[in-house]
Amino acid sequence: MSRAIAVKLAGPVLRARAEGPFQLRESVRVGPARLLGEVVRLDRDEIVVQVYEDTTGLRPGIEVVGDGAPLAIRVGPALLGRIFDGLLRPLSGAPDRLAAGLREAPATRFPFAPAAAPGDAMAAGASIGDIVVAGGRRLAALVPPGVEGRVLDIRPEGEYDDDEPLARIATAGGEVAVAMSHAWPVRVPRPSRRRLASVTPLVTGQRILDSLFPVALGGKAAIPGGFGTGKTVLLETLAKGCAADVIVYLGCGERGNEMAGVLEEFPRLDDPRTGRPLMERTVIIANTSNMPVAAREASIYCAITVAEYFRDMGLDVALMADSTSRWAEALREVSGRFGELPGEGGYPAYLASRIADFYERAARVETLGGRTGSVTVMGAISPPSGDFSEPVTSHTKRFVRSYWALDAKRAQARFYPAVHPLQSYAEDASAFAPWWSERGNPNWLALRRRFLTLLDEQSRLERMARIIGKDALPARQQVTLLCADLVNEAFLRQSAFAPKDRLASPAKQAAMMAVAGRFVELAEGALARGIAPARIAGLACLRPLARMGEDTGEDELARLDELRADLESAFADLEPEEAGA
Amino acid sequence: MKPRLLAENAAVGLEGPLLFLEGTPEAGLGDAVEVTGPDGRIRLGRVAAADRERLTIEVLESTAGLPLEGTVVRFHGEPLAFALGPGILGRVFDGVGRAIDGGPPVAAHQRLPIDGLPFNPVSREPPRDFIETGITAIDLLNSLVRGQKLPVFSGGGLPHDRLAVEIASHARLPRRAGEDFAIVFAGIGLAHDSAEYFRSSLERGGALERTALFLNLASDSSTQRLLTPRFALTAAEYLAFVEGKHVLVILTDMTNYCEALREVSSSKGEIPSRKGFPGYLYSDLATIFERAGCLKGARGTLTQLSILTMPSDDITHPIPDLTGYITEGQVVLARDLDRRGVYPPVNVLPSLSRLMKDGTGGDYTHPDHPALASQLYAAYARAAQTRVLASVVGEEGLSEADRRYLAFGEAFEQRLVRQEGPRAFAESLALGWRLLGDLPAADLTRLSDRQLREHVNAPAGRT
Ligand SMILES: Nc1ncnc2c1ncn2[C@@H]1O[C@H](COP(=O)(O)OP(=O)(O)OP(=O)(O)O)[C@@H](O)[C@H]1O
Ligand SMILES: [Mg+2]
Repeated sequence: MSRAIAVKLAGPVLRARAEGPFQLRESVRVGPARLLGEVVRLDRDEIVVQVYEDTTGLRPGIEVVGDGAPLAIRVGPALLGRIFDGLLRPLSGAPDRLAAGLREAPATRFPFAPAAAPGDAMAAGASIGDIVVAGGRRLAALVPPGVEGRVLDIRPEGEYDDDEPLARIATAGGEVAVAMSHAWPVRVPRPSRRRLASVTPLVTGQRILDSLFPVALGGKAAIPGGFGTGKTVLLETLAKGCAADVIVYLGCGERGNEMAGVLEEFPRLDDPRTGRPLMERTVIIANTSNMPVAAREASIYCAITVAEYFRDMGLDVALMADSTSRWAEALREVSGRFGELPGEGGYPAYLASRIADFYERAARVETLGGRTGSVTVMGAISPPSGDFSEPVTSHTKRFVRSYWALDAKRAQARFYPAVHPLQSYAEDASAFAPWWSERGNPNWLALRRRFLTLLDEQSRLERMARIIGKDALPARQQVTLLCADLVNEAFLRQSAFAPKDRLASPAKQAAMMAVAGRFVELAEGALARGIAPARIAGLACLRPLARMGEDTGEDELARLDELRADLESAFADLEPEEAGA
Repeated sequence: MKPRLLAENAAVGLEGPLLFLEGTPEAGLGDAVEVTGPDGRIRLGRVAAADRERLTIEVLESTAGLPLEGTVVRFHGEPLAFALGPGILGRVFDGVGRAIDGGPPVAAHQRLPIDGLPFNPVSREPPRDFIETGITAIDLLNSLVRGQKLPVFSGGGLPHDRLAVEIASHARLPRRAGEDFAIVFAGIGLAHDSAEYFRSSLERGGALERTALFLNLASDSSTQRLLTPRFALTAAEYLAFVEGKHVLVILTDMTNYCEALREVSSSKGEIPSRKGFPGYLYSDLATIFERAGCLKGARGTLTQLSILTMPSDDITHPIPDLTGYITEGQVVLARDLDRRGVYPPVNVLPSLSRLMKDGTGGDYTHPDHPALASQLYAAYARAAQTRVLASVVGEEGLSEADRRYLAFGEAFEQRLVRQEGPRAFAESLALGWRLLGDLPAADLTRLSDRQLREHVNAPAGRT
């Protein structure tokens, strides 16, 4: 390992005189506390190092030692159920107040059962055996990408440290030891055999997403929204309820209390799919807003590397990043410190390509080992002043296929989730019609279109009503407004804190969508029969309709049929009045 | 404390706040220094950069009048720290923790670095439990929770000083009567008369004895202004996590802090970002606001209710904007309410307390409190929309239902938001239910049938 001696320190950047060869982007340890850093510039016999931790107290003359490799993390079974800092060092067991120089994860023991024997040919991405983690879940012990050959020997079933060599593989380049975990450079995407098209949505349990703006398994979604519009609550709700095998939750430059909240809540909640504690499928990575900014830039790569690692076992992984804006700002800050020419909004010119690189790592793939796995990325964006024309939002918009724009007006009226139905979109939506059809909603695409048209007309009509008054609108338009209101209140509104409604199964969504859709039909029918809009608005069944989400549990879906029957009879009872009414 | 080293005749350059030294003892990054000119004035500073030959000192107070010759630099051998003891309550300090009330020096039990290290999220206890402020717009609609950071977004000339003093004087933990409650009040960039207003009103209200008051005046240097919230929060952390008290921190006015940061940043020649503020304004503010919360195993808690004035009442200005992205909600004051004589002029719609759900309902306040708040919000939002409509088509153009919302909006502001003295929570709650009684029951879809029956007292379907 090469050594260098620090000659100049300023903030998180230092210059050191190299006493051996260093490479660009090599990871280094600085000073007696072995702070993590990265070589960002080579300059004759000097190196420039970006330190990822607080540099208070460092002085000229301290030693800088190279790792001989770019910044890498150890991926393995010990990730699940735990919380790490932005450089993937465990936070549990660390002191109450975080000084620089956190320790890397100590080895953890897991039961292992071999699935290969000496002489077997092993390709990269194949599994040498099963690892048993919390809850009896079995994970694959992967042969790392780039390693291929015959098994020389393999350890018998038993408990081992996660970094302990379990098998030796003879490769073209020599013998390689394979353990349950391995190191991977975070800025390099993990390879796969090929990308697969996605015909399945990632079920989120949120009606406005699944039914109007679905995201594909292996897809990418952005959630832009001003402060307090509900990005974090939405991402947390998705982390709790979405149909993924593993959740990677990245708190990037956000609040410490939010992380503490997740840590407190997740172990007590059940994974909707397995009934096991939610925490067991979750990896949390936290660089809160008061932690060092340089590590924030790296944290997003750590998170996606962890996600890809679980994908390579053939799992569906969802990565929530809150907030990608803080990552972009960290990038800006680091770039500014090196005197790079600032572009739009002060961000470096390569911002767009960095965003693209990140979202490109989301995919549904055939893994090197021949399994099918996916990484779905959902990133929050915090646009300055809530203005979506700023660089991070506008670039991200080019690279994602689902766009969930949060609306301050809706949030102010406490209408959640505050996803704006007209500014949001999902490019893959029509591909999911067959999927919904199999789940009892053959009319999904038509209803979706109907609802979106209604909401679009509503916004136009409201603008008009602002000029001429609501009562002056023709009856048909008043009915349109009424129907749009109902779609909003009865179908789209879904509080993350309503015990019966925080998650809605596809069956509940389909049933609710049908009831709301039926209301629209009946209202339009009544209008055609000459019924005044005010009488439709006065129907007593409107109130239970508006509350059907929060009042109907998953085991009470039959209630929705009753509601629908009430609706039919209420409309049937409406008699046209004599002319003039 | 480590031994202090001295450097004389080492100054070779001075550029704005930066002092360059050569041939000095070795010092670590961030170490504190005292720079004394021939005038005898002591200025605080810290090591900003170090190489083998040269040290760069960032002087944290005005460098005007400082020559190279005769300037002496004393090294603390550690980052800036504050010597603290239980005796800080009832005392008045300047912006960098020196007692200015003529009393004896505070007996120090502990020295804590003013840049407090970040809390490990694992060690945080999620904030719970309700703090009653006596202000209905806060208690009922945007409840403050112990350990929360909830700022007040105000505007120049609005009565935020009065609000701050009232909250400081009335704030209580209804479920923990008798537990130690303390206030740390930091005036940042205050005019002399506001400083005097705070001191005398806290004294009159009897709150001064449970308060540590920090006063950084407008006439003090901008660099010192950057230290004031850090000294105050270090004191607050000491009271909360060493002395075990429930501490409410009021920092006012954070806009002055941000202006000082902009000034210092530009004097260092840094590349400005939005509106001339440095690109790291977000991270810098986070190091202040994140110093709030509860710790596992600690008896005390630290709650922040800071005040900032929005330049030109613009909530999209970088100061309120970035603050809102860090804090756990905001209480927004509005000029038009103030003009209409509504005190406190809380603009309820853009206000938000994100932790409300963790400190209200159930055992904390009343089980139906969250539903009531949500319904009041939905109705008031509709009233605000109707108001816009009425301003165009006139009240005559409104439907009967819309007119009821118009009246509701008026009552909401004049009877619920507006108040003379502090209101007990139960009174605020009753007032909220009563206001809803004037709306068509069928519209109250955020309330369950039971809530409607029990509180609003109207048979469903009444219009
Ligand atoms: N789906 C939801 N259901 C119920 N309440 C919600 C929902 N979304 C948001 N809220 C409410 O809005 C508040 C703010 O939401 P959140 O913290 O997610 O905002 P944010 O967009 O992440 O803001 P910031 O950018 O400042 O982090 C929450 O504390 C909660 O009270
Ligand atoms: Mg958030």
